[in-house]
Amino acid sequence: MKLKENIAISDSGYLFNPSTGESFVLNPLGMEVLQFVKKGKSFEEISKEVLTRYSVDSITFEKDYQDFIHQLRQYLLIGSDE
Amino acid sequence: MEKQRYERPILKKLEMGMPGKFGVAANLPPTTHIDGISVDSLVETYGSPVFILSEKTIRSVFKRAKKAFTTRYPKVQFAWSYKTNYLNAVCRIYHQEGSWAEVVSGFEYDKAIANGVQGQHIIFNGPDKSAIYLEKAIRNDSILHIDHLDELYTIIELTEKLAKKPKVAIRVNMDTGIQPMWDRFGFNYENGQAWDALNKIMHSGKLDLVGLHTHIGTFIMSPQAYGVAAQKLADLAIGIRQKYNHTIKYIDMGGGFASANTLKGFYYPGSDTNPTFDDYAEAITSALLNTQFTPDNLPLLILETGRALIDEAGYLLGTVIANKRLSTGKRTTIVDIGINLLFTSFWYEHKLTPARHYSQYTEATTVYGPLCMNIDVIRENVNLPLLNKGDHFVIHHVGAYNMTQWMQFITLRPKIVLIDQDGTAHVIRENETMDNVMNMEHLPAHLK
Repeated sequence: MKLKENIAISDSGYLFNPSTGESFVLNPLGMEVLQFVKKGKSFEEISKEVLTRYSVDSITFEKDYQDFIHQLRQYLLIGSDE
Repeated sequence: MEKQRYERPILKKLEMGMPGKFGVAANLPPTTHIDGISVDSLVETYGSPVFILSEKTIRSVFKRAKKAFTTRYPKVQFAWSYKTNYLNAVCRIYHQEGSWAEVVSGFEYDKAIANGVQGQHIIFNGPDKSAIYLEKAIRNDSILHIDHLDELYTIIELTEKLAKKPKVAIRVNMDTGIQPMWDRFGFNYENGQAWDALNKIMHSGKLDLVGLHTHIGTFIMSPQAYGVAAQKLADLAIGIRQKYNHTIKYIDMGGGFASANTLKGFYYPGSDTNPTFDDYAEAITSALLNTQFTPDNLPLLILETGRALIDEAGYLLGTVIANKRLSTGKRTTIVDIGINLLFTSFWYEHKLTPARHYSQYTEATTVYGPLCMNIDVIRENVNLPLLNKGDHFVIHHVGAYNMTQWMQFITLRPKIVLIDQDGTAHVIRENETMDNVMNMEHLPAHLK
């Protein structure tokens, strides 16, 4: 899974996709997860990191992570070379 | 190290809508407490879902409505519309505040009597009054609002048997300049039906014509329509005095005032844009004062408003069952409140607030009920914070009709709790049990 290269992400959680002209906002954890994805980290690595720092159980985070990735895919922010 | 509060990761697409002159807050403050009791503890104690009624709000809204009319007109009487919410505790609060009872069936009539309302303070409306209940109402000196000629003739027949002169009024329907025009109840003003009925009553000599009644519609957004209606009823009253030298004691403007709910299709919240009691009172009382009634001959003004009095006092507390996405990516939240409990979600965009604080991030969400029915939609589209399974929320302004029109369908009906003026909670209606439902059924022998 790879984030499309030309996507611009600001430090404040603003995301712009020049291919479609669409803009998005991310909440803080969304921003963190996206940065992990950008660095090519696996779900297991991301989950371990999040569970260490946030008060959430692994099932809930896995469900929310899948939903988040689904959204990235839905908005064509993840490349097809995953 | 203490862990940080978790909020699921979200990605929200920014949509450019039509610019509006007035902004509407996208993120509503949470409702953590109702009359001093936390929403979480109410759910924990009484289950989810649960209806909550605030006695403090019931009484304060009533006083606001009463003040709007009594400051403008000297003789005002409210009659509590039983069908809007006929829980005994609710009815008794209104009766304590001085309301008469307005009922539309034998069942409601008996409820009013059981609630200690004196017969002469019960207004009997509706198209279905059986001869048995008409007789009962006549014996109790209740006021009969005649809906059709068949009823009029039944009452005249009963007078021969009872040797009493029943107190009657007619319900008048009319064109008040709004659509839809309700003409299925009562007698029409414009085509002469109303005068025909009045002439029959007066010529019979057996009935005491005490009032004139109308109920022009429901959730009326135009106060001026009430002004037109009051003017037309006043014209009838003045005509009766001229023709028969008979004085009408009261004019009953019925109900139909809008509450603070937002009707579907309206852009701005009903709490900001719907008419207030003062708007309705100004239209009605001005119309009456500007007629030929002399100051010492003004009729009593009766109001049967229900929805606008109780809606604000009702809350429905629920719990998130699940979150999921539709094929389009649209966020949906499934909650334990369905249209079987929230009948009014068919026509209102009910205000829905979380029961605790969340971050400023929201998502456009469709809120579905728990029923396995496609029509079970509580909100088509509402900006909600990132609710999780098990989180509690509050639906506002549900006091009218939901606790009478609700259905035992798929699930059992929940408890209703009243928080009194001291902040103490009382269960005023128990939740249904399996036994309640099963005990009404009978199995034929061959199926046992």
